[in-house]
Amino acid sequence: MRSASDVIVVGAGVVGAACAYYAARAGLSVTVLDRGPVAGGTTGSGEGNLLVSDKEPGPELELALFSCKLWQELAELLPRGVEYEPKGGLVVARDEPGMAALRTFAAGQEKAGVTVREVAADRLPDLEPHLAPGLAGGFHYPQDAQVMPALAAAHLLRASGAEVRLGPGEEVAGLLTGPGGAVRGVRTASGALYAPHVVNAAGAWGGEFARLAGVLLPVLPRRGFVLVTEPLPRVVRHKVYGADYIADVASGSAALQTSLVIEGTRAGPVLIGASRERVGFDRTLSVEAVRRLATGATELFPVLAGVRTMRTYAGFRPYLPDHLPAIGADARVPGLLHACGHEGAGIGLAPATGRIIADVLTGTQPPLDIGPFDPARFEPGGSR
Amino acid sequence: MARTPRELAGARPDPAFEITLDGRPVTALPGQSVAAALWAAGILSWRTTREGGRPRGAFCGIGQCYECLAVINGVPNRRACLVPAGAGDAVTTQEGHGHAGLGV
Repeated sequence: MRSASDVIVVGAGVVGAACAYYAARAGLSVTVLDRGPVAGGTTGSGEGNLLVSDKEPGPELELALFSCKLWQELAELLPRGVEYEPKGGLVVARDEPGMAALRTFAAGQEKAGVTVREVAADRLPDLEPHLAPGLAGGFHYPQDAQVMPALAAAHLLRASGAEVRLGPGEEVAGLLTGPGGAVRGVRTASGALYAPHVVNAAGAWGGEFARLAGVLLPVLPRRGFVLVTEPLPRVVRHKVYGADYIADVASGSAALQTSLVIEGTRAGPVLIGASRERVGFDRTLSVEAVRRLATGATELFPVLAGVRTMRTYAGFRPYLPDHLPAIGADARVPGLLHACGHEGAGIGLAPATGRIIADVLTGTQPPLDIGPFDPARFEPGGSR
Repeated sequence: MARTPRELAGARPDPAFEITLDGRPVTALPGQSVAAALWAAGILSWRTTREGGRPRGAFCGIGQCYECLAVINGVPNRRACLVPAGAGDAVTTQEGHGHAGLGV
């Protein structure tokens, strides 16, 4: 027996790190495993968005509002290196019908606790001086924020004090179960690791991990490209995105969709997203996706036409068919918990997810209804 | 006797021409990169860093490290080690990201 802890977290992305952090804070001893580096999967490919603006009223928005509060707390506790910036979001519409749709969307969000303010076309330059002229207007969401996701995951892990085991030897090959099927730990290439609880925080690979555990959790990769510009002074103040982004996020289509999301970073480069397509774990460059992003970005911010992009990369959002994450205990395997399937919102939703996992582990009532996130909800015949 | 790269390669380049660094004339040979021409003139630094304003010039010389960035004919962030020098090229010392004018 190599070691024993109260809980093994599989996955050293931001969600795994947050689970480790809150579980450790609740007094549990935690071991985190990852076959790659910290933030080596979807976390390291993300833009670090902490958003309420793109979420319709419902369980995910509730989770996001709670998580944004937790990020504010974490920003005080973690080193400044996590680059937390409460910069706010700005959603813009090209025409009046677009504005009308945003207005309806925003009214629903406001009732659910989101702070949002309509911005008339002639006031847009006050918020974003480089925005293209001729837009119909927009909506400002001061609660939206940003962190540098890889650093956030690393600092959360460090602050957790958890034992962190990384590398190919730590890839989980199977779940160890006792009589009655309850979790006893995991088997890795390096041997057995024992714990009465195992948390699946394997992100886009969470479905594969669930299969190892013998349960169905249909996490699919939803690919996205990001364009990274050369370092710039602050040319984009908020997270700025087009009205069609919200529709694309909510869509279940496998075909390529692109909608503009543009934001600066403290390090200088401007990040340009977002494309969505379901093509498996294929990292092949899609010139079409990148072309659409570049074209759209220069239409929204003409100043970017004179700026170079340094690189582009792809990442895989952990997609579940109903666009809700799987968070909580798995009734099918006692001792197994899931914290994955957050699609493009994992950085933002990580702290709330970690808090819920810690609550479930310690038998505490979570601060919100976690029924909609039931990991067994995709089981044919419904959740048991 | 001094052995120069030109002698070692047995090169017989066409006549030299002039480029400028911050307005000061620098002699360049056809086929030389901007960085090579600056080095040949004894100039080792033509950029300051974004954080702390420290001096930088060519380091790897093969386009990988991005240390030798310069403003060339008004365009910032050109890799001086990869850009062939052309007659009359105006090279300007780059401060930081070279895009200070865009900040809002």
